[in-house]
Amino acid sequence: MRNTFIGRNPSILIFLAVLAVFTIAITFMSEAFGAGVISTSFVKTLGKTLCLALVAVAMDLIWGYAGILSLGHFAFFGLGGYMIGMWLMYERTKEIVAGSMAGNPIPPTEQEIVDGIGTQIFGVVGSSEFPIIWMFADSLFLQLALVVLVPGLLALVFGWLAFRSRVTGVYLSILTQAMTLALSLYLFQNDSGLRGNNGLSGLQNLPGVTASQDFVSIWFFWASALALAVGYIFAAWIVSGKFGSVIRGIRDNEARVRFLGYSVEGYKLFLFTVTAMIAGIAGALYYPQAGIINPAEIAPIASIYLAVWVAIGGRGRLYGAVIGAVFVSLVSTFFTGGQAPDINLGFYTIQWVDWWTILLGLSFVFVTLFAPKGIGGLFDLIADRRHPDRHGADLGPDKGSLQEREATE
Amino acid sequence: MSSQLLEVNGISVTFDGFRAINNLSFNIGSAELRAIIGPNGAGKTTFMDIVTGKTKPDEGKVLWGEMSKNLIGMNEAKIAQEGIGRKFQKPTVFEDQSVEDNLLMALKNNRKSFAVLFWKPTDADMNRVSDLAAEIGLSNELKRKSGELSHGQKQWLEIGMLLAQEPRLLLVDEPAAGMTPEEREHTTDILVEAAKTRAVVVVEHDMEFVRRLNCKVTVLHEGSVLAEGSLDHVTANQQVIDVYLGR
Ligand SMILES: Nc1ncnc2c1ncn2[C@@H]1O[C@H](COP(=O)(O)OP(=O)(O)OP(=O)(O)O)[C@@H](O)[C@H]1O
Ligand SMILES: [Mg+2]
Repeated sequence: MRNTFIGRNPSILIFLAVLAVFTIAITFMSEAFGAGVISTSFVKTLGKTLCLALVAVAMDLIWGYAGILSLGHFAFFGLGGYMIGMWLMYERTKEIVAGSMAGNPIPPTEQEIVDGIGTQIFGVVGSSEFPIIWMFADSLFLQLALVVLVPGLLALVFGWLAFRSRVTGVYLSILTQAMTLALSLYLFQNDSGLRGNNGLSGLQNLPGVTASQDFVSIWFFWASALALAVGYIFAAWIVSGKFGSVIRGIRDNEARVRFLGYSVEGYKLFLFTVTAMIAGIAGALYYPQAGIINPAEIAPIASIYLAVWVAIGGRGRLYGAVIGAVFVSLVSTFFTGGQAPDINLGFYTIQWVDWWTILLGLSFVFVTLFAPKGIGGLFDLIADRRHPDRHGADLGPDKGSLQEREATE
Repeated sequence: MSSQLLEVNGISVTFDGFRAINNLSFNIGSAELRAIIGPNGAGKTTFMDIVTGKTKPDEGKVLWGEMSKNLIGMNEAKIAQEGIGRKFQKPTVFEDQSVEDNLLMALKNNRKSFAVLFWKPTDADMNRVSDLAAEIGLSNELKRKSGELSHGQKQWLEIGMLLAQEPRLLLVDEPAAGMTPEEREHTTDILVEAAKTRAVVVVEHDMEFVRRLNCKVTVLHEGSVLAEGSLDHVTANQQVIDVYLGR
C-alpha cells in the first residue's frame, strides 16, 4: 500500500503515547494503586475530563471537519448517561430493597421486590409505577445497547428531517438548540419517567461491587482513557481517507460536492448519527463518575460550551478538540471550585466563581477573532505545517451555507 | 450524426417575474462538441443549472440517454451519477486539500458513504490520477494544496476532476477565463480530445477560443436560441451581430 494509516497520521501515535503515560502516572499517584498523592475525587475529575475530551472529538468531527455546527451534542451525551444511569440505579436499589426485605418472616416475591424498587426510585415524584421506558432497566446488556441506540436514533430522525430539507448554517445550529431545549424541558417534568429535576443519583455505586470508591474511580478512569483512545483512532480513521475528503469538501463547498455525485445529505446524516453515538458512550462513562445526572446537564448552554472548547482547542484537528476540552474544563474546575484566590482590587473583589464565565466568553471571542486555529495552532509553529491561502475564506459553515447560493460566484 | 444524448425540450424558468429561460429547446449528440455563446444574462449558466438539477424549471423536460429519462426532479448528486459533469464559471476546487485528493474524490467510483469509508485507492486508481495530472499539466503539483495553485491551474484541476468523473456529458462554463494564451490553447486541446468520446458543451465569450474549438455554435439570447450553426454562419447573422457581436 502507498501509505499506512498510521504513517499518514503520525499525530495518532504521539497522542496515544501521551494518553498512556498520563494514565499510568495517575494510576501510580492514586489512593488505590500508588502513592496516594492525588485524591479519589480528583481521579474522578480527571476521568470525567477524558469523557469530555471524547465528546469534544465527536464535536470536532461534525463541526471542525464537516462544518455542521451542532449545538445539541451534549444532549446525546446526557442521554447516554441516563441510559446507563437507569441500570445502575435499578440494580443498586434492588440490592438495598432485597437486603431490607431479606429479614421478613415470609420471603418477598419477585413482584414485591420490583414494587419496592419502584417506590424507592419514583417516590420523589409521587409515583411507584415503573414507566414503560424502564422496561429494560434490569438488563445491563440492553441498557448498554441503548447507550448508543437512543442517541443514535434521535440523531437519525432529527438529522433526516433537518438535512433532507437542506437546513444548513446558523439555522441548523438553532434547530439543534431547540431540540436540546425541548429534551431538557421534557426531562424536567416529573412524569417524564426519569425522575424529573431529581434526575438519577447514586450512580457512583456499582451494583455487586464491594470495592471502595478509591478503586472504582480508577477503573472508570481507565475505561475513560480506553474509550478516548479508541474513539480518537476511530475518528482519525474516518477523516483520514476519502470519506474525510468528502466531509471536508462538504464543509468548504457543499454544492460542489453534490455536483461530483455525492449525496451530501447522506454523508451529513451518517456523521451526525455516528458522532451522537460517540457522545452517548462518553456520557455513559461520565455520569457514573459524577454520581448524578439531572436534566440541567442537558441544558442548551452545555452544548454551547462544547463548541467553545473545540474552538479554543482548534477545530479541524482532533488533538485540538482534546486539548480544548481538557484545558478549559480543568481550568473551569479550578476557578469554579473556589480554589482560585479572589483578586482584591480595593474597590471591587473579583470572585472567580462569578467571573470565570466572563473570562471564558472573552477567550472565546479572542480565539475566534485572532487565533482561529486555537491552541492546536501552536503545534503548527513547531511542525511548520503549511497551509494554503484560503483567500480569507473561513473554515466551515460560511455565509454561503446560509442560503442556496450558486457555487459559481 | 451520432445518436442523441441530451434533449432539452421547451424549458422556461422565471426568477421573481424575470424570464431567464424562455421556451428553450436544445439537443446534443453523444460524441459532440458544442459551443454556446451569448451576451451576459442570456441564460447560459441558468441552462446548466437546470440540466444539473440546481434550478427547477417552471415547465419543460430534460431528457437524457437512450432511455430518454427525464432529469427534472432528480437531485444534483443523482444527475451527476447519471454521467453529467460540470465545471463552474469561477474555478471551484477544494482548496484545503491536495491536488491528488481533489482528483481522487472525483474519480468514478462508488459514491455511497459506506463504500467511501472503506475505500482504498487501487493501483489502477493511482495510475489514472497520474495520467490525468499529466494531461492537465499538474504532475509536479500532486501533493500541493490546491489552494496554492494559480488561477489557471485551478481551472485545469477542475477540468481534470471533470474528466476523472468520466461523464458522458461535460458542461463547461467559461473555462478560459483568466488563462494566458498558451493555457487557452492547451485547454482547447483537452476539450477537443474529450469530445471524441463524449458530449461536451462549452460556454465561452472569447471568440478566438470558440473558433479554435471548430464546432457547431448555439447563440442564446434572452433565454432562447437565437441562431445555431457553424461559427461563420452565426456570426454572419444580422440579429446575432445586433445583440451580441455589435456591442
Ligand atoms: N438564482 C437567481 N435568482 C434570480 N435571478 C437569477 C438567478 N440566476 C440567474 N438569474 C438571472 O437570470 C439571468 C440569466 O443569468 P445567467 O447567469 O444564466 O446568464 P449568463 O448567460 O450565464 O451570463 P454571463 O455571461 O454573465 O455568465 C440574469 O439576468 C441573472 O441575473
Ligand atoms: Mg454565466
